[in-house]
Amino acid sequence: MMTLQGWLLIAAFVGILLALTKPVGLWLFALYEGRRTPLHTVFGPVERGFYRLAGIDPAQEQGWRRYAVHMLLFNLVLALFTYAVLRLQGWLPLNPMGFAGTSEHLAFNTAISFTTNTNWQSYAGESTLSNLSQMLGLAIHNFLSAATGIALAFALFRGFARRSATTIGSFWADMTRVTLYLLLPLCILYALFLIASGVPQTLAGSVDVTTLEGVKQVLALGPVASQEAIKMLGTNGGGFFNANSAHPFENPTALTNFVQMLSILVIGMGLTFTFGKAVGNTRQGWAILAAMLTIFLIGVTITYWQEAAGNPILHGIGATGGNMEGKEVRFGIAASALFSVVTTAASCGAVNAMHDSFTALGGMIPLFNIQLGEVVVGGVGAGIYGFLLFAILAVFVAGLMVGRTPEYVGKKIEAREVKLAVLAIAVLPLVILGMTAIASVTQAGLAGPLNKGPHGFTEILYAFTSAVGNNGSAFTGLTANTPFYNGLLGVAMWIGRFFIIVPMLAIAGGLAAKSHTPETAGSFPTTGPLWTGLLIGIVLVVGGLTFLPSLALGPVADHLAMIHGQTF
Amino acid sequence: MARTASKSLFTADLILPAVGDAFRKLAPRALIRNPVMFTTAIVAVLLTILLAVGQDSLSLGFKLQLVVWLWLTVLFGTFAEALAEGRGKAQAASLRATKAELTAKRLKKDGDAFDGVPASALRMGDVVLVETGDLIPSDGEVVSGVASVNEAAITGESAPVIREAGGDRSAVTAGTRVISDRIKVQVTVNPGQGFLDRMIALVEGAERQKTPNEIALTLLLVGLTTIFLIAVATIPSFAHYAGGAIPVAVLAALFITLIPTTIAALLSAIGIAGMDRLVRFNVLAKSGRAVEAAGDIDVLLLDKTGTITVGDRQATEFRTVGGASQAQLAEAALLASLADETPEGRSIVLLARERFGQTAQALPQRAEVIPFTAQTRISGVETGGTRIIKGAVDSVIRALGDNPVAEEMELRRITDEIARAGGTPLAVAQDGRLLGAIFLKDIVKAGIRERFGELRQMGIRTVMITGDNPLTAASIAAEAGVDDFLAQATPEDKLALIRKEQQGGRLVAMCGDGTNDAPALAQADVGVAMNTGTQAAREAGNMVDLDSDPTKLIEVVGLGKQLLMTRGALTTFSVANDVAKYFAIIPAMFVALYPGLGVLNVMGLGTAQSAILTAIIFNALVIPCLVPLALKGVTYRPIGAGPLLARNLAIYGLGGLVAPFVGIKLIDMAVNSLGLV
Repeated sequence: MMTLQGWLLIAAFVGILLALTKPVGLWLFALYEGRRTPLHTVFGPVERGFYRLAGIDPAQEQGWRRYAVHMLLFNLVLALFTYAVLRLQGWLPLNPMGFAGTSEHLAFNTAISFTTNTNWQSYAGESTLSNLSQMLGLAIHNFLSAATGIALAFALFRGFARRSATTIGSFWADMTRVTLYLLLPLCILYALFLIASGVPQTLAGSVDVTTLEGVKQVLALGPVASQEAIKMLGTNGGGFFNANSAHPFENPTALTNFVQMLSILVIGMGLTFTFGKAVGNTRQGWAILAAMLTIFLIGVTITYWQEAAGNPILHGIGATGGNMEGKEVRFGIAASALFSVVTTAASCGAVNAMHDSFTALGGMIPLFNIQLGEVVVGGVGAGIYGFLLFAILAVFVAGLMVGRTPEYVGKKIEAREVKLAVLAIAVLPLVILGMTAIASVTQAGLAGPLNKGPHGFTEILYAFTSAVGNNGSAFTGLTANTPFYNGLLGVAMWIGRFFIIVPMLAIAGGLAAKSHTPETAGSFPTTGPLWTGLLIGIVLVVGGLTFLPSLALGPVADHLAMIHGQTF
Repeated sequence: MARTASKSLFTADLILPAVGDAFRKLAPRALIRNPVMFTTAIVAVLLTILLAVGQDSLSLGFKLQLVVWLWLTVLFGTFAEALAEGRGKAQAASLRATKAELTAKRLKKDGDAFDGVPASALRMGDVVLVETGDLIPSDGEVVSGVASVNEAAITGESAPVIREAGGDRSAVTAGTRVISDRIKVQVTVNPGQGFLDRMIALVEGAERQKTPNEIALTLLLVGLTTIFLIAVATIPSFAHYAGGAIPVAVLAALFITLIPTTIAALLSAIGIAGMDRLVRFNVLAKSGRAVEAAGDIDVLLLDKTGTITVGDRQATEFRTVGGASQAQLAEAALLASLADETPEGRSIVLLARERFGQTAQALPQRAEVIPFTAQTRISGVETGGTRIIKGAVDSVIRALGDNPVAEEMELRRITDEIARAGGTPLAVAQDGRLLGAIFLKDIVKAGIRERFGELRQMGIRTVMITGDNPLTAASIAAEAGVDDFLAQATPEDKLALIRKEQQGGRLVAMCGDGTNDAPALAQADVGVAMNTGTQAAREAGNMVDLDSDPTKLIEVVGLGKQLLMTRGALTTFSVANDVAKYFAIIPAMFVALYPGLGVLNVMGLGTAQSAILTAIIFNALVIPCLVPLALKGVTYRPIGAGPLLARNLAIYGLGGLVAPFVGIKLIDMAVNSLGLV
């Protein structure tokens, strides 16, 4: 049963986020513009120190090609670094539990996973990785992959905002500013809040305790709070513990749970405002946010409804109430359903409940959210630039209907933009469906899923969807720490991230070079409910229709089997 | 080629040749220009082969029907294109006939001797003699003489026009006939590049190149096709996981229904029909790009005279000074104008008669007319010792010598008032005494204000170009409702204005006819040259208006918008259709794997096979159903982008979602009741 309390929680959640959108957006806008913020007195010298150290002139801007090459090299180097740390952790310090280096394929998968802001975890953190690996190998990506996403969004914003320009900003300046003036300070505060709420922050190893039942238990500890903060804010999602935010040490209270959900979406939503501000009309940003939130709320409603309704097969054997399998009793159905939609709408991937245990349709929404391209708010930066690709398509498909060459925020959308946007958007179905197809007919692939029947298929589909969408949440159930899955998923994550970014940057560069077309009464209106509706339509039809056959064979078949009492 | 009533789209003489052409256009070389239809044809070929060698559970009859409908899908597309080209071809044939009979009297280097050569032998720079009854053999410039020319072959207008050397009426067009006098024409184009050739190529669609917008749209369609290829190609693996197999024919059917065949089939027909509409409107666009640009226009530069105002000023009022009576002034003005044959003079006569009851029909016997000269700049009449003059205020005052200061002051005040009201004052004096001024008014065309209102709704700013002084210009601008004006405009001013607007990111359209308009015509994004204009102007513009009607610029913008809208509407419709097609085919395809998926069959289609066949039939039939819309174009209404989008989204977006549900259901009922599966 859905409860009033549950709906109030959802309403309060959305309300607070909306209230935060503008202030966060304004702060991001200051960073986008390279303006001075109050924090410059503290971090200004640090910023300048970095530039001097690296020999970078922050005022020297880059064209899209340079921007892309620097970004790619930076990420490649970081990925190699993490690969090395993971392989060598047995010899490295801060390894109180004495874990050995990881396998090649796990290190490959994990390095890419964290570099691409996916944080797919083929390993159980507390029993596989040393504190050094967690902090230096992984947490560093939590900051830098998030900063990369925001920097890339800035680059695209500049493409729309600038006129007849040859550059789209400095990758290094964007990265440094976002990290220093946004992520780092916010995470320090956030981590302190988490510590106060009971999240551990220590470099000590595990402790052995004797439980009330008199059983000995090993409690893993570590620098959890600091990783937790950026895991959420940067939509990374890689937990310190295998159980992620379902673990009481990661997410101890109802309040931390609520704040965690807020922190997943807050930057992504703020960026919609920043976009509006950058192109000189904040209504442009609100229109995008309205479209995102509408899809979001539809998702929340379906998942909450399905989870609250529960499983009729279990009802048949005497169980009552909603579906509590795989959920923390501390959080209950509403907060778990909301969390699952939040974490998949944004490409976060943190979980406070096991999506595999959701009802078929309840679990389909997280899957579908990712399949849409992680554009429902989406990952920090990645969400808005992904959404803007859809906006370009929407403007092009319907924009002709007002009798003009399509324009978006003053830029003509022509062959080049259409080509690149289609290219970027096609990557998603190509890799998700292609790799799922491979996995569902090969021995190695079929060895992965825990369940048989359509649910097992969903587990495979979810894994590749999560990887390509750079979400990182797992449907669990899938045994992914194998050479086959680690390798394929690693490749999927890399393609899912950078094969979208490069065409996107090319669009940014091309748009920046264009002159600005002033808005007139004859211009296609890209504010207001009509546009919002159109955006929703295009995201669902272009982003979603492709996956209909796979969804029919996965969660939909699963659901129908459930209501017919069929098990596999 | 006059602006004839549009021929019905579906007459036998258009359809029959189009059917033949539809098959000819199946040639791979022609088909590959349209990637989506090419893909459809490949799938059709594939299935045709599988028909013979393939082995699956499907009945031959079912597969045969699928193959037939796939081929029909391709054919409907080529048919639409052939039909759109059809009308142009008929026009081209008659133009060619004109061209074939052209011979030229080429003048020798010196003197008037000439030799007869076929027109095709003429080269740029040759001079030909054209005499009464001759057809002008090539486009060119009159270098000597004056002649009246019948240009009906090009414009459809049978009234002859004057062509003379020098000035703005010197251009002549091949295929038009000199009906009096003789002229020498210098050839300005080489064979094959003339106006007639261009027209033939245009109406035939032979020179048709994809416009920027069409290219972008084609890319989108290719992208969608690729995405759906992935979606369909991965299904066999998924089905294999579920322990089943999907026949190739079924997968092919799903693929073809999902890819945007509807818009792809109609895309080139829409473009050809758009150009054709313009041609039937007696405007020739030199490229499709220009037509598209017309839809994007932000600023329209319009010449005042002939576009905003009727060509001639008219007298509307008599204003007296120094105690003269209205009747006195009216009588004097009438007498002074009876011999004045200019439209302005006639309008003075008319005003005096109608409003002031003056009855004089002709000048008295002994009257002596004072003719207008450039030196005096006054005209008038002397009769019975009375001397009446009229003319520009300064000239009249000068002619009178000394006047009572008070009257002159009064006249000055009146003439200022007239100028401010958008008029031109003419002073009248009798026997050395100032009587007053005639108010000559620019008459703003009826309905033009509303037109500008519509343009404003479309987001288009209108700028009036005039040689008048700013005072007069401002007043006329206000009366006509234009957004802005450029007074005392020189060709350089015009060019500068266009550049300024373009720097602000706006697209500018203008029309012009004189040689000094050429730079501005070339600079403008849409430059419509008047057919009566000089060759230079016609070369510089990217459109030529055969009727030489500057007002048409407004319609041209509408036609451009209509072309773009039709494309957008059909694209949206095509994409929205996919939802219903999925709902038809997915349950049919998967119901054998998971029987529960039958609930997705929301349309309640008869059987799995009928659902698949029905979807493919709908997908094919929707093409011919939309051909009339593609050829006629979506109706454009100047209601502003917001309401327009809402309207079109409701019709083509929402309609595109709903229509196939209904259509597929109906076809399914037919398929089942006919027992086709």
